[in-house]
Amino acid sequence: MARVEARGGGGLSEVVATLVVPVHPHPLLAPDTNEGYARLRVAFEEAAKRIEESGADLLVVYSTTWPSIIGHQMQADPNPVWNLVDHDFHDLGTMHYDFRIDAEFAHAWKLAAEKRGLSARTVAYEGFPIDVGSVVALSLLNPGNRIPAAIVSSNVYANRAETTVLAKACMDAAKGRKIAVVAAMSLSNRMFTQRIDPKEDRIHSLKDDEWNRKILEFLADGRLEDVAQLSRTIHTQIRVQKVVAFKPMWFLSAMNEHRNDLTGEVLAYEALHGAGGAVVHLDPASNGKGDKEYDEENVEVFGGDRGVLDAVEEHAAHPESTPRQDGGPALWEPVEGQGAVNSDAAPKPVGAYPHARRVGDMLYLSGVGPRQPGTNAIPGGPIHDVAGAPLEYDIRAQTRAVVANVERVLAEAGGSLNDIVDVTTFLVDMERDFAGYNEVWAETLGKVGPTRTTLAIRSLPTPIAVEMKVIAHLKQ
Amino acid sequence: MGGGRVVAGCLAPHPPHLVYAENPPQNAPTSEGGWEQLRWGYDRLRASLANIDHDVMVLLSPHWQTYVGTHFLGLPHFEGLSVDPIFPNLFRYTYDMKVDVNLATAIHDEAAASGLDVHMMTNPEFRVDYGTITTAHLTDPAWSKPLVVISSNRSRHYYSVEVMQEMMAELGRATRRAIEASGKRAVVLARNSLSHRHFTTEPDVPEDMSHEHITSHAMHLWDMRIIDHMVGGRAQRLLDEMPEFTEQAIAETDGGGLTWLMHTLGVPSYPAVLHGYGTVIGTGNAVVEWPAWKHEEAVV
Repeated sequence: MARVEARGGGGLSEVVATLVVPVHPHPLLAPDTNEGYARLRVAFEEAAKRIEESGADLLVVYSTTWPSIIGHQMQADPNPVWNLVDHDFHDLGTMHYDFRIDAEFAHAWKLAAEKRGLSARTVAYEGFPIDVGSVVALSLLNPGNRIPAAIVSSNVYANRAETTVLAKACMDAAKGRKIAVVAAMSLSNRMFTQRIDPKEDRIHSLKDDEWNRKILEFLADGRLEDVAQLSRTIHTQIRVQKVVAFKPMWFLSAMNEHRNDLTGEVLAYEALHGAGGAVVHLDPASNGKGDKEYDEENVEVFGGDRGVLDAVEEHAAHPESTPRQDGGPALWEPVEGQGAVNSDAAPKPVGAYPHARRVGDMLYLSGVGPRQPGTNAIPGGPIHDVAGAPLEYDIRAQTRAVVANVERVLAEAGGSLNDIVDVTTFLVDMERDFAGYNEVWAETLGKVGPTRTTLAIRSLPTPIAVEMKVIAHLKQ
Repeated sequence: MGGGRVVAGCLAPHPPHLVYAENPPQNAPTSEGGWEQLRWGYDRLRASLANIDHDVMVLLSPHWQTYVGTHFLGLPHFEGLSVDPIFPNLFRYTYDMKVDVNLATAIHDEAAASGLDVHMMTNPEFRVDYGTITTAHLTDPAWSKPLVVISSNRSRHYYSVEVMQEMMAELGRATRRAIEASGKRAVVLARNSLSHRHFTTEPDVPEDMSHEHITSHAMHLWDMRIIDHMVGGRAQRLLDEMPEFTEQAIAETDGGGLTWLMHTLGVPSYPAVLHGYGTVIGTGNAVVEWPAWKHEEAVV
């Protein structure tokens, strides 16, 4: 079950139900014009019942029919009321809505998203046009506004990393609540381009139908993460380009901690003017078949191309530095110069300096931490999150990573750990970490025998616990 | 009836930012200005249109996106509050518009006779898209002329740019024939921008022009090339390059408006008048007029 400790405390957030529902208005406005529409309507009602039985106290809708450009928008009008008419199917009638939105949660989600590096804003304007997918979903899944709801837009430029971070921010903001999360989306979204008799409705093409059934087979097996990983392929195969990408599975999977062992059930699958519409319920109970590997970067904080406007100026001021995605200090290209020793295998500096400098036989290393070259991941985990909240970390893993980085710089100069003559170590928490650090030291550098000084300091530029300043005497 | 004609064609982009910057009484948010190059362009377009006698304005709207055929507003009057779902902080506009249902129906019927799938929209609770309202306001702030509003069929995304061009060319020719048969003098407007890659962040003060520029040099080069074809009287060349432009500049010509406009004007070989060019959150926008009345025979 996806239970996530909210950043900043507040208790475990828990996804108690995950739903996929179609966006077109037919099950709401015209269920009697086609047997398939009627079956979708019944499935919506069954899904509503299951949400109620799950004990959910928050209903989160990710809607593909609410596109956004400037970051992510969260609906924050506590009581939006309007009459909606579909742009295509205006002849089916008007959808009147009167919803209860959890505005407090929307604001919390926006703040949590910003803390994780996303651009986000709440919208609370009279007459704001709530999209058809959200209106259909909330009308049929939450009759009587029994559960406070949230709606989030689908950013047209967002990639998987950004969508994953958006979901994590949702879990941050939920703080101890039980969430039913809904993706309002089509499967294949190619509609007939001319009016048809509703009784003649069918999936637009056999190819679309086959892909839809494959997706539903995966979901019925609870393999949500597998569908998320296929998202780009599905988008290419059965989606009308530039309408809406097949992103909601990224959101749903991240809300469920990228699990592949949910208990799934397809409640209905029907054609909606040629598009594929399904009502799917994913229960968090494990199906017992075992989980699968999540093989994409599990990003916590998003940088991406958000901040385009500001980044231009910042980058122009320091052309040799690259802004960090996690909000940490910018990374710099190592400085070249007489005697400079720089290694592509070592993490990039956080300022204008070389990895090391050689003077005669002596090699002086700049302070070395545990960050990994390329990814900047910190083995053993960072010591705090982007907001400064402390995190658990492994000092032994960090210390081993520091020694490995030192070894890489030495190797670039033609040396090895055996050449080290003196080390100064900086720990940010002597009381907590000295023993673990000392243990790794004994296993590695302790066998070489350099002199050593260990100091406690208040902090380091990145969220690491240990850094070493090394001097080596290179053999001729 | 006969005797009608297209007296002018306009590329009249619809960023709500331009209305926001102007602070009209119909729009709730207020600003300190901004996007002046484009707004001055609209000033010049309005001054030009004020000298052209016309009865009706016919718009094709890329933000009324329909996937099942092409739709026309089919009631004589629409009013309400339009809130932009993407920039609600900038655009919350109370509108009250007149529709020339007779001409809309005539274009609908002519297009249907050409084999296009078309529909009249007659639900009185329908909310007119914000792009239509933006362009209508910027070209006729007094809302003095009745409108014909045509949806943007998404054929480019269902099929290809080429199919979109074929369908919009046919719709353009049908529009022209219907206008000519109506006896009315019409200004036709395509509401799209040119290059259409947005910035994904917004300054704290949206009208802070120190942040406004094109998103990339490639987009700028494409916009200038397309404008050069317009002012050089090379509409056919513009249409020939439309597939590459639409794909490479992620251009809003994907909605078919510019293709429709060129065919409504009879694929003009006379030069267009560039009234202004500017960017809006990084997208390229041009205000352009084809003064058809100067270049065509008076009555067909």
